[in-house]
Amino acid sequence: MESTTATHDDHYHGPASGIRRWLFTTNHKDIGTLYLWFSLIMFFVGGAMAMVIRAELIAPGMNLVDPMFYNQLITVHALVMIFGAVMPAFVGLANWMVPMMIGAPDMALPRMNNWSFWILPIGFTLLLMTFFLPGGAPASGWTIYPPLVLQTGDAFPFLVFSIHVLGISSIMGAMNIIVTIMNLRAPGMGLLKMPIFIWTWLITAYLLIAVMPVLAGAVTMLLTDKYFGTSFFDAAGGGDPVLFQHIFWFFGHPEVYIMILPAFGIISEVIPTFSRKRLFGYEAMVYATAAIAFLSFIVWAHHMFTVGMPIGGLLFFMFTTMLIAVPTGVKIFNWVATMWRGAMTFETPMLFALAFLFLFTIGGFSGLMLAIVPADFQYHDSYFVVAHFHYVLVPGSVFAIMAGVYYWLPKWTGNMYNEFWAKTHFWLTAISVNITFFPQHFVGLAGMPRRIPDYPVQFADWNMVSSLGSFVFGISQLIFVAVIIGCIRGGTRKVDDRVWEGSHGLEWTLPSPAPYHSFDKPPEVR
Amino acid sequence: MFKAKFSGVMRRLSCLALAAGLMIPGTAFAFREGINLPEGVTSISSDIYGLHMLIFWIVVVIGVLVFGAMIISIFLHRKSRGVKPATFHHNTTVEVIWTAIPFLILVGMAIPASQALIEIEDYRDYDMSITVTASQWQWHYEYRGEDVAFYSRLDAKSNAARQLRDRRTVDPEEVDNYLLSVDNKVVVPVDQKVLLLLTADDVIHAWWVPELGGKKDAIPGFVNEMWFEITEPGIYRGQCAELCGRDHAFMPIVVKAVEQDEYEEWLEEQREQTADSGDAADDQVTALDVAR
Repeated sequence: MESTTATHDDHYHGPASGIRRWLFTTNHKDIGTLYLWFSLIMFFVGGAMAMVIRAELIAPGMNLVDPMFYNQLITVHALVMIFGAVMPAFVGLANWMVPMMIGAPDMALPRMNNWSFWILPIGFTLLLMTFFLPGGAPASGWTIYPPLVLQTGDAFPFLVFSIHVLGISSIMGAMNIIVTIMNLRAPGMGLLKMPIFIWTWLITAYLLIAVMPVLAGAVTMLLTDKYFGTSFFDAAGGGDPVLFQHIFWFFGHPEVYIMILPAFGIISEVIPTFSRKRLFGYEAMVYATAAIAFLSFIVWAHHMFTVGMPIGGLLFFMFTTMLIAVPTGVKIFNWVATMWRGAMTFETPMLFALAFLFLFTIGGFSGLMLAIVPADFQYHDSYFVVAHFHYVLVPGSVFAIMAGVYYWLPKWTGNMYNEFWAKTHFWLTAISVNITFFPQHFVGLAGMPRRIPDYPVQFADWNMVSSLGSFVFGISQLIFVAVIIGCIRGGTRKVDDRVWEGSHGLEWTLPSPAPYHSFDKPPEVR
Repeated sequence: MFKAKFSGVMRRLSCLALAAGLMIPGTAFAFREGINLPEGVTSISSDIYGLHMLIFWIVVVIGVLVFGAMIISIFLHRKSRGVKPATFHHNTTVEVIWTAIPFLILVGMAIPASQALIEIEDYRDYDMSITVTASQWQWHYEYRGEDVAFYSRLDAKSNAARQLRDRRTVDPEEVDNYLLSVDNKVVVPVDQKVLLLLTADDVIHAWWVPELGGKKDAIPGFVNEMWFEITEPGIYRGQCAELCGRDHAFMPIVVKAVEQDEYEEWLEEQREQTADSGDAADDQVTALDVAR
């Protein structure tokens, strides 16, 4: 994205030219752009895998791929989407927006910022190259449970090392965001005056620092189990395979909130703008976010209700999990109250935010059902779970990212995107996402286990519906790319500083496009 | 059987009918053509079904209220209707209300859920027990104290149909209970509390027959318990529910529930067969050796 236009507060040199600009950049906007492009590429890499998965599942019988390759696809699809698409997109948005929203000139640790991005492609090269190794890519599911994961071929150490690298990247990104928010806010911006997106990212960053080392520890223990004769997870040596699941989900549950809290932040920026009304219950939103983050540390075993826990454990994790519905409900109610008696318009960011509200809530409902332990004994590891987490991740996190991109793209580029094609993208995406994932509730309840490349014939009809929906979803995302490129290349018109009639916050006081260096003098915050 | 006779048109029609009547409470063939949990044939499965429908209707009501408010707002409070935005942005009373009410609803859900859970987790006073040992990719059943044990694998016809397209000799659509048939069924008596002791040889598997209610992991080196008491004779089918490697989709579970006397006869037959074949079960090569 070109942002070299000289403006009144841009007395610095512009960016270096050519590849060096991107390799050596310490500019938060450049790094944000790198993160976002990387995320988009990974979205298509992971999406291509999803297309193969759905093509295999379009009819009963093994039609396309070997079951082993299928297992590799579901494993790497999840890792790519989680660590490659969703998380880097949020870090990219944070890089672009955190300094601009708190009135800082850049991120606090710009060199580390460069490094935290550039080790991401290294990590993914390690992970994706495993498809070409003897034995293929990891095929144990992204949850990499032992003992199954220990049957991985040559890919195993690559898997472990790539997770280490991705974890280091996330930790560095999180530290940078915390230090920036804590130290570089404009004078007058107290903690409870920060935009809600900043709040959600601050809390997310703490979650990242808390749990990424836990995952690193878990995969290192796997590594020593496989190559150095330890038996952390091997009952024959006094270990316990379920121990891994406890450690993994102690990381894994906060991880799913890492992927949704920044989404909450984006939605909390978009809905007030297009409702032309302040966010309802700002403080309640902050407390609810903090409550969700706290609860995320004491609910992990709800991912493993069927491993044979004592009844006390089952009851504890059921109650804590159900409690999450309270702060999450508070957030939904506050968004609805924000819309209530506003003056809404429905530009693309708002459409994505509204779809988020509806569909994330559906994902929340199925989440509440999954919390009920006896019912979970039926739902667990069925397609109902697949439907649930895709509802919170695709129309949840991914829609929020798309809302954020459409919302801030005019600020980044100085140009308005093509509203017609953006809305076309929205409607195709929103309709096809439901055609894809809603029927998965049905087959799951009717008894279809997840992670199977072939299924009994009675699940055929809804699987075909789901596959057809997914193809429309996949193709629709090409429109997204076209709209973004079109916008960068000039869009439909130049935008003013405010961009949106109802926009609020420091980022909209900057010129559009945002200059390469912004807020070298801190702005006044009343 | 039912499925194979279904013509393409009928299937499409049934599909439409199901779509129209979303979430109709479980019917006779809930597991065959269903879109909902089966009500099942055990006390556990019907408890779970009741709980599932209770929570489902509660969230439907909440959904109608929340989505209703959103839809009303989207239609009424739009700029194109010339409305001026209100300026309210805070109200502690409503925050307290919409924190407290969901909490009370959750308490209302937690009580029946805990009751059902306590019932399910009561493993005492069983009438018979079976040790279930999972391995890649088959189940081994040992009837404790009965001198009966056997492996149970995907049946030959499903196995022929599940090969990759160019290698398969049978069309999956033409196999009865495709991927849900085994060579040796687990036979149990009705109205008896059957305890399963689950473990595994290699990786983690999970034993799941939806109509018996719930599933449990089979973990190498550990023994998990689960129980059911089937009320109606019949054949109940399920699958491994925990990713266990290449053929995870191809290790089904079939339980045949029969009257007590028929069960006794079956046990006798099994003992004779075992005697004839010189304990063949113990000589079988485990799938683990093949997998490695």
